Amino acid sequence: MDIYLLEAIINGVLLGGVLALLALGLNLIFGVIDVVWIAYADLVMCGMYLIYYLNAELGWPLLLACAVAIAWVVALGVLVHILIIAPILGSAPINQLLATGGLLFFLQSFATLLFGTDFRNIGVRLPILEVGGIYISSARLLAFGVAGAGAVALYFFLRRTFVGTAIRAIAQDRDIVGLMGVDQRHIYLVTSAIGGALAGLAACLLILQYDVHPFIGNTFGPLLFMICVLGGLGDMIGGFVAAFVMSQIIAIGGYYFSTELSYVFAFTFFIVLMFVRPRGVFSR
Amino acid sequence: MLSLAAISAGYGTFQVLFDVSLEVPRGEAVGVIGPNGAGKTTLMRVISGLVQLYAGAMRLDGRSVGGLPAHRMVEQGIAHVPENRRLFPRLTVEDNLRIGAYLPRARRQCTEQLDRVYKLFPRLKDRREQLAGTLSGGEQQMCAIGRALMSEPKLLLMDEPSAGLAPLVVAQVFDLVHRIRAEGLTVLIVEQNVQQVLDVVDRAYLLEVGRIKLAGTAAELKGNDFIRKSYMGL
Repeated sequence: MDIYLLEAIINGVLLGGVLALLALGLNLIFGVIDVVWIAYADLVMCGMYLIYYLNAELGWPLLLACAVAIAWVVALGVLVHILIIAPILGSAPINQLLATGGLLFFLQSFATLLFGTDFRNIGVRLPILEVGGIYISSARLLAFGVAGAGAVALYFFLRRTFVGTAIRAIAQDRDIVGLMGVDQRHIYLVTSAIGGALAGLAACLLILQYDVHPFIGNTFGPLLFMICVLGGLGDMIGGFVAAFVMSQIIAIGGYYFSTELSYVFAFTFFIVLMFVRPRGVFSR
Repeated sequence: MLSLAAISAGYGTFQVLFDVSLEVPRGEAVGVIGPNGAGKTTLMRVISGLVQLYAGAMRLDGRSVGGLPAHRMVEQGIAHVPENRRLFPRLTVEDNLRIGAYLPRARRQCTEQLDRVYKLFPRLKDRREQLAGTLSGGEQQMCAIGRALMSEPKLLLMDEPSAGLAPLVVAQVFDLVHRIRAEGLTVLIVEQNVQQVLDVVDRAYLLEVGRIKLAGTAAELKGNDFIRKSYMGL
């Protein structure tokens, strides 16, 4: 096999890691609370700006800045639930969609107000590794590893703890979990916090690879929703797999043609599959 | 133990229960019988906090528990085996049971309670790793009862435990009720299967269109002409 193709495939896998992590968060929130956080990618943006501000402007150590940023996005996730979702939980899904869509514009405008539209970075560039003639970005490798660890941690949380079991149960039958002593509102808050934590973690991984600007959410947000719909909204495993499928299409398409065209392929693939399997590729 | 005084309840503007009063003494098994649509399930949902009262008083061991949400009712010692069992189909049998012990107090006892439930229903132990959705109807009923027992309730509510089961399995389910009573639990059971439920309860109420029409001991109701004619086909 062509060594550059192999490189593209490996990069596709590495790219898929962070997308898979975010798809887990979005699907978790949809499965449990039954709302789609349209502004999810913009919460990542908020985390990236905080890391930039603490590290590049205030001179905090990067790891500390990352830890604070995760806590900050967790808080944002909880606030999104309390201030925006909880008051309209009983109303039509389109209203919830519009409300979080409004949040998207709010966050983008607010970031523009604070930081302007300049591209900003923390000035850290991790080395490029060479393995047998294949060049791999160590930032991407790190992102893949940490995203994988995050997914495994989430898996064990959902499998092994009482709250995790309640989260899985509520996604299957929300009306009767109260009979088990489960307070739905509490589970919704925990779920929103986890969704925030995953977005915060993604912010730490992305700031190592990309410049942050107010509209960075738009660069991967649509792709993220496509991945979640492709895997079946609320289906965590489906979304996880779909993230890698999509990033492979983008990586291999980018290798043979161009990155721009590879996105065209990815979206075409998505549209075709939506005709064939409208409820997600892995739907039963 | 449980006493309802002149309860009215329903869904929004659609009233289902009218002035229902009912007593469940400690250690007894009490039945509520009645036709489809009489409000039996709503009555159970009111007691477990899934449906809120319009009016009336509900007391458990003398304390007022009216208006508490469902998760608080479990804390008070009421466990509800819902109509149609309502297991979590894509959780394993053991996870379904474990979530029954969600309350902090019950979590500490989870392992002991699991042993107790498995002793009561050895079949569940064989199937502990299986997804609950793949169980047979009778096994699902065992799992649903087991899940309710995990919170160590004082009062067990059972809503139509025999519904949708084959006659042989129905007999097994009523046998289960006997065994649960032998464990010292107080039981309130709603059934359309009048003949068989009157064999396992001490006392019963007849609910028709949201009102209590008759009440008495199981023996009295079994001998009642109206019940024999309308509900037992005798």
